[in-house]
Amino acid sequence: MRPVAVVGIGKTAFGAFPDRDLRSLAVEAGHKALEDAHAKPSQIEAFYLGNFAGPSFVGQNHLAPYVAAGMGIIGIPATRFEAACASSGAAFFHAVSAVAAGLYDVVLVTGVEKMTSQPTPKVTEILAGAGDLCGEVRAGATFPALFAMIARRHMYQYGTTREQMAAVAVKNHANGAKNPLAHMRKVITIEQALAGKPISEPLTVYDCSLVSDGAAAVVIAPLERASEFTDKPVRVLGISQASDNVALDEKEDITTLRAVKTSAEKAYKMAGVTPADIQFAEVHDCFTIAEILATEDLGFVKKGEGGPYALAGKTCLQGERPVNTSGGLKAKGHPVGATGVGQICDVAQQIRGEAGERQITHNKLGLAQNLGGSGATSVVTILGAA
Amino acid sequence: MTNPGSGTVYTETVVYSPPEAYVNDVPYQLAIIELENGRRLTGRIDGERAQIGDRVNFVDFRNNVAFFKKTA
Repeated sequence: MRPVAVVGIGKTAFGAFPDRDLRSLAVEAGHKALEDAHAKPSQIEAFYLGNFAGPSFVGQNHLAPYVAAGMGIIGIPATRFEAACASSGAAFFHAVSAVAAGLYDVVLVTGVEKMTSQPTPKVTEILAGAGDLCGEVRAGATFPALFAMIARRHMYQYGTTREQMAAVAVKNHANGAKNPLAHMRKVITIEQALAGKPISEPLTVYDCSLVSDGAAAVVIAPLERASEFTDKPVRVLGISQASDNVALDEKEDITTLRAVKTSAEKAYKMAGVTPADIQFAEVHDCFTIAEILATEDLGFVKKGEGGPYALAGKTCLQGERPVNTSGGLKAKGHPVGATGVGQICDVAQQIRGEAGERQITHNKLGLAQNLGGSGATSVVTILGAA
Repeated sequence: MTNPGSGTVYTETVVYSPPEAYVNDVPYQLAIIELENGRRLTGRIDGERAQIGDRVNFVDFRNNVAFFKKTA
C-alpha cells in the first residue's frame, strides 16, 4: 500500500442557498479543490461523489457523472457513494483505498447535499430514511428522536447533564462565529441553549445540527507525487470504515457507537498512534450528545466522561484537545453528503496553518470522524503534516 | 403480529418535530421497550408519561406500531 496525501481542498460556504442547485455547489467545491492543487480536470483519473439523498431532496439521480461532466470531467469512472451522513466519508475511504492500492494516482472526491428546498417535516422524513423504516421510523422515530433516546440513556447510565450537552453547542457556535464559511455565525450562551425550543426531549433546537446546502472536495494523490501539486501536502496516516446495525433497538448498548470504536482502533493502528497523540479533531456532532459520545468512543476520555470533559472546556479552541474548530455540524452546518469531506478539508486547513482566527498551535496530528445514521456507518481518518 | 406483552422502558423521548407522516400526532412519546424475552422494540407510549425503568404493558397495534401503557 502506498502512502496517500491530500493535495488540494475546496469548500463552498454552508448555508441556505435558494438560488443554487446541487450540481453548481458540487462543481464550485470541485473547482476550488483543483485550483488549490494546481491541477487540471484532465488530470483526474477517477471521481468519487458522496451524496446521501439527492434523489429525494431534489429528484436528481445518476449524480456522479452529472457532477463530473459539469466540471468538464468526462470518460473516467464516476461513482456516487451513499452511507447516510457518512456518504462522503465513505467516498473518501474508498478513494484513498484505490490510490493506496495503485489503481489511480490523482482522484477527486466531492461531497454535496442540497437540503433547504424542502419544508422541515419533509427533510425530517427524508433523513429518517437512514433509519429502519420497518421498525423505529414507522413508530415515529426521527433522527433527533433517536439521538434524544441515546442522550436519555447516557444521562441515566453516566449522569450526563443538559448543561454538559449545552456546553458543546456553546463551544461550537463560538468556533463557527469565527469561520467565514459557516452556516450560523452566532455566539450563544448556555442559558440560551438550555431554553431552546424542544425538538425531541431532552434535545432542544440548540442541540441539533443545521439543515444546510453545501459541498466540499479534496484532491488526493500518492505522497510521492504530492510535490507536483502543493508545498503543503497532508498525509493520510490512518483510515478505516466500519458498520453496525441500522436500527437503534438492535444495538446492544446505545451509549456506545460500536462502529466508531472499531474504525478508530483500526485507524490508530494503521497510523501507529494512540488516542492520546491526537492533538485536535473534527467529530460528527449531528447532535450535541453525539460529540460527547465521539470523544468517548474515539478514546479521548473514558466512557461516561465526555460530558464533564466538554463542560470543563477541554475541547475549546484553547483547550487541551480542540474539537470541531470549524464550528462542527452544529454551527458550520450539516449538508449531510458534504460533511465527511468537509471535515477532511477542515482538519487539513488546520494542519496547513490556514484556519485564520480559529488557528490552533498544536496542529500536526488531527482526526476526522464521520458518522452515518445512529451509528451504522463510521469513517475515521487520521491526518498529519507530511 | 404477535402480542409483545409487557416490558421495561430502556429509553424514551417526546417528539415535538415530527416527520411528515406524523404531523398531527405531536407531541408523542416514543420509547424502546425491553421485552420479557430480552428483545427490544421501538413503540409508542399511550397516556401517562413513562421514564427509563418504568414497567409498561402492551395495549394494541395501530398501523403496525406497538402502543404501550405505563403499568398502574
